[in-house]
Amino acid sequence: MLNRRNFVVTATALAVALAYGHAAAQNKYDPGASDKEIKIGNTNPYSGPASAYGTIGKAIGNYFRMVNDQGGVNGRKINYISLDDGYSPPKTVEQTRKLVEQEQVLLVFQSLGTPTNSAIHKYMNQKKVPHLFVATGASKWGNPKEFPWTMGWQPSYPSESKIYVRYLEKEKPNAKIAILYQNDDYGKDYLHGFLDALGPKAKTMVVAQLPYEVTDPTVDSQIIKLKDTGADVFFNITTPKFAAQAIRKAADIGWKPLHLLNNVSSSVGAVLTPAGLDKSVGLITSAYIKDATDPQWHKDADYIAWNAWMDKYYPDGDKKSSFNVYGYSVAYTMTEVLKRAGNDLTRANIMKVASNLKAMEFPMALPGVKIDTSPTNFFPIECQKLAKFDGKKWELFGEVICP
Amino acid sequence: MRAPIGPREMAAYASGAKLTRLQGIGIAVAVLAGLAIPALITDYRTFQFTLVLIYAIAVLGLNILTGFNGQFSLGHSAFYAIGAYTAAIMMDQWAIAYYWTIPVAGVVCLVAGFLFGLPALRLEGLYLALATFALSIATPQILKYDAFAKWTGGVQGVVIMKPDAPLGLPLSADKWLYYFSFVILLALFACAWNLLRGRTGRALKAIRDNPIAAGAMGIDTALYKSLTFGVSALYTGVAGALGAIAIAFVAPDSFTFFLSVAILVGMVIGGIGSIPGAIFGGIFIVFIPNVAENISKAAPWAIYGTFLILFMYFMPAGIWGFLRMVYAWWQRRRGPA
Amino acid sequence: MDLFLQQFFAGLAFGGIYACIALAVVMIYQATDHLNFAQGEMAMFSTYIAFTLISAGFPYWWAFLATMLISFVGGVLIERIIVRPVEGTSVLNEVIVFIGLLTIFNSLAGWIWDFTIKPFPSPFPKEPVFGNKFIGTHDLGVIAVTLVVLGLVFMFFRFTPLGLAMRAAAQNPDSARLVGVRVGWMLALGWGLAAAIGAVAGMLVAPIVFLEPNMMISMLLYGFAGALLGGITNPVGAVMGGFMVGVIENMIGTYVPFIGHELKLSVALVLIIAVLVFRPSGLWGHVVVKRV
Repeated sequence: MLNRRNFVVTATALAVALAYGHAAAQNKYDPGASDKEIKIGNTNPYSGPASAYGTIGKAIGNYFRMVNDQGGVNGRKINYISLDDGYSPPKTVEQTRKLVEQEQVLLVFQSLGTPTNSAIHKYMNQKKVPHLFVATGASKWGNPKEFPWTMGWQPSYPSESKIYVRYLEKEKPNAKIAILYQNDDYGKDYLHGFLDALGPKAKTMVVAQLPYEVTDPTVDSQIIKLKDTGADVFFNITTPKFAAQAIRKAADIGWKPLHLLNNVSSSVGAVLTPAGLDKSVGLITSAYIKDATDPQWHKDADYIAWNAWMDKYYPDGDKKSSFNVYGYSVAYTMTEVLKRAGNDLTRANIMKVASNLKAMEFPMALPGVKIDTSPTNFFPIECQKLAKFDGKKWELFGEVICP
Repeated sequence: MRAPIGPREMAAYASGAKLTRLQGIGIAVAVLAGLAIPALITDYRTFQFTLVLIYAIAVLGLNILTGFNGQFSLGHSAFYAIGAYTAAIMMDQWAIAYYWTIPVAGVVCLVAGFLFGLPALRLEGLYLALATFALSIATPQILKYDAFAKWTGGVQGVVIMKPDAPLGLPLSADKWLYYFSFVILLALFACAWNLLRGRTGRALKAIRDNPIAAGAMGIDTALYKSLTFGVSALYTGVAGALGAIAIAFVAPDSFTFFLSVAILVGMVIGGIGSIPGAIFGGIFIVFIPNVAENISKAAPWAIYGTFLILFMYFMPAGIWGFLRMVYAWWQRRRGPA
Repeated sequence: MDLFLQQFFAGLAFGGIYACIALAVVMIYQATDHLNFAQGEMAMFSTYIAFTLISAGFPYWWAFLATMLISFVGGVLIERIIVRPVEGTSVLNEVIVFIGLLTIFNSLAGWIWDFTIKPFPSPFPKEPVFGNKFIGTHDLGVIAVTLVVLGLVFMFFRFTPLGLAMRAAAQNPDSARLVGVRVGWMLALGWGLAAAIGAVAGMLVAPIVFLEPNMMISMLLYGFAGALLGGITNPVGAVMGGFMVGVIENMIGTYVPFIGHELKLSVALVLIIAVLVFRPSGLWGHVVVKRV
C-alpha cells in the first residue's frame, strides 16, 4: 500500500533518479569539459626562428573568440590555452604535459610541427587524450591502429606529391625532373612520396635532387645547378621565402621548366607577388583551400565572412598570409566536431565524432573538397585540385583528385 | 678580447679550498630539499625539475670550461646532442638499459671534446667563439645527414621508451627519473668540486688568468686545456643523455644553436665560475621562457631579452654572486655589533 | 664552363653581402674591441625602417640616407643607454646583453611587421650590365657599394684623427683616456657607425633574400667567418674574407658530390677554421704580440 507520505518520497526519489539518470545520459564529461566551458590546449612557436607559424595559433584563438561571442558551442564557452614551444621538441613535451596534467584540457588541437608532434605522439596516446588535427602534413598522423588518439587535418605531403606524379604521367611521360627540397622532415616527406609514386621510373626520370637548409641565405646556387642538368620539369618543395627566391632566380637565368610548386608556398600575395607575378606565369600547384589573395574568390560568401572576421577579430593579422585562412578553416572543423559531440564531451566521444565526419564541408575549401574520416581513415582532407597560374590568379583545371 | 672573468670574481674564487661549516649546512639543506621536492609536487612539476637538474649539469659543464678555464664556447649544444643521440641509439638499436647509456655518453663526449679541444688550442677568444659557433650550426646538419640516417633516424629522429622505476618501487616514472638525475647531479657536482678546489683547479685558473705565466710555471697548458674541453663535454654529454631519456625523443631540431645560447645564458645568469650557480642557471633556462610567455604572447622573445638585460644590470656576477654579495653585506652589518 | 662561371659569380655576389656585414663587424670590433651578436638583427630592423619609409612614399635614396642616419642615432643610443651599464664588467656579461638585444629586435620586428616576406626594392636597374648572363646588376651594385664603404672605413681609420682616437679607445682605453680621448663617446660613436654600415648591408641583402625578421640570423655567421678569415683588424682583409666565404661555399656545394648542398656550410666552416689554426690572426690580420 502506498500511503501519501510514502508516495511523495518515492515519487521524489524517482524524479531525482530520473532527472539524474537523464543528466548522466546527456551530459558526460571528461577533464576539461563542464556545463560552462570546454578547455582546448595548443602549442605553437611564438618565439624563435619558426615564429612565422605563430599566426596560426593566434588565428585559431581569434576564431574561438568569435564562436564564444556568438554563444559558444552548445552553450559552452571555449577556453583555448595556447602555449609557446619555440619549435623545440623538448619544450613541446613540457608545455603539452602542462596542458594535459596541470591545465587539464579536454584535448590538444593543432599543435604545430612534425618534430614537435613526434615528441608527444606516444605520450598523447598513452594518456588517451585526443591529439586532433595536428598542424603538419606528415603521413604518420593517420595511423589509427597504433595511434588511435592522433589525427592530422591537411592533405599529407606524400599524397600531394602523388597528384603531381599522376599529372606528369599524363602530360609529360618522358620528363627529366629536377627537385629542390628543404632538408627536414617536411621536405623529405614530399620527396619520398614523389619518388615512391614514380616507382622504378624515378631512377631515369629524376635527374637531380638538391637540398637546402632553412638557415641558408638563398637557394640561388641550387637553382643554377638544377638548370645545368637540362631538366624540363622542376618540382619545388620549399617554404615561402625560398619558393619566392627559386621562382625569381629561375626566371632571371632563363630556365623555363614545367614548374611544380608545393601547396605550402602557393600564396599569390605572400609568395608570387614578392617573386614577381610575371615570373610566376605557368606555375602549377595543387590546392585544397582558397587563397585569400586570389581575386577570383573575392565575391564568395565564405571569403566575405573570412574577411569580416579578419577585420573584427584579428585586425593586426596579415591578410596576405595563407596561414590565417588555414587557421580559420581548421578552427571551424574543431568547432564543428565539438558541436556534433553534443553533451557527451568525453575524450572517447570526441574521437568517435572526429573519426566519423562524412563529406563535411568547411569554409574556404575549394569547390569539391570535403572532409571525410572513418575509424580506419584518419586523413580528413585528401582531395585536391590542380591549378595553373595565369599571371593574376590560380586557374583551377581538371577534376578533384583523390589519390 | 678581454679575459672572460672580471677582477671581482677572480678575487672571490681565488680562495675557498675547504668547506666551511656554513657551506656544509647549506649543502645538507639543499640536498634534503632536493630529495623532498618530488614528494610535494605533481608529476608534471617533477618533470620540470628534472629538466632543471639536467640543464644544471650542462651549465656546470660549460662553466668548467669557461668559468674556470677561460675558454669560450658557443658549441655545447653539439656535445649535448652527442650525449643524447648516444643514449637514444643505444636504447633504440641495441636495446641497452638506460642507465648504461649515461657512462657511455659521458665517455663518448669526453673523447669528442678532447679531440675538438686539440685544434681549438690554437684558437683564442673570438676565433674559438667562431669555431664553436660553427660546431653548433653544423650539428643538426650532420645529424640529418643521409649516411647516418640508419642510426640517427635522419630528420625523423628517434623515439625511445621512458623507463619505469625499478624493483617495483612505488614511484611514478617521472619521480624515479628525477631521483636518478638527482643522484647523478650530486655525483657530478661533487666531482667538479673535488677537481676544481685542488691542484688541477689552480692550474686551470692560472691558465685562464695568464696562460703565458702558467706555462712558464711548468703547467702543461695544452694538455690541461684540451682535457678541460673533454671534461666539460663529458658533463654536457651526460646531461644530453639524461635529457633524451626524460623527453623520450631526440631529433635534429632539439639541438640547434639556440640550445648553446640557452646553456651560455644559464651559466652567466647562474654565476660564472660557481658550482652552485649552475642550479640557478638550470632554473632560469626552464622557467624564464614560460614567465616571458605569460607576460606577452605577441612577442615573448622581447620579454625574454629584457629579462636578460635586467639580470645583467642588477646581478652582474650572476644569481650566486648576488647571493654572496647579500650574505657579505649581512655579515658586515652584523659584524661590528 | 657556364656552370662554373655562373656559380663563381653567384658566390661573388653573395660574398659581396658577407663582405659588407664583415665590414660592420670590423667596425664594431675596431671601435669597441668585441663582437656584437645583435648586429644582424639591428641591421634587419634598420631595413624594416627603410621599408616603412619607402612604403610611405619617400624616394629610395632619401630613405636610404634617412635609414643610415636613424640607425646611427639608434646605435649611439643603444650604446649609451643599454650597453653602458655592463661595460667593463666582463665580456660574457656583454655577450648576454647582446643576446638580449638580438631576441628583442627579432621579436619586435615580427610583432610590428609580421613574418610574411616583403619585396624590397633595388636601386639598380633590372637589365644586366652589357647584357651578360652571369651576374645581375644588383649584385654588381652590392659589390660596388661594399667597396665604396670599405674605402670610407679604411680612410676613416687610417687618416682621420677621430678614427685614430677610436682605435686607441678600443685597444687601450686607459692610455687613451690619459691623452684626452673621450673613451665613452668613442664607443658610442663606434656603435653608431657600425649600425649605419649594418643598415647598408641590410638594405643590400633584402632585395636578394626578401625582407623578413629572420633574414640576418644566418647571415651573421657568414659575416663573422669572413671577417675572421680575412683578419678582423684589417678592413681590406675582412672584405676579401667575405668574398672568399661566398665563393668557397658555392664551389663546395657545386663540385664536391658527396658533400653537396647538405653539408656545404659545415665543410666551409671547417675549412675556415683550419685556415685559422695555421694563421690565427686571419689571412691579412696583424699578428698581435702578447706581453706578459
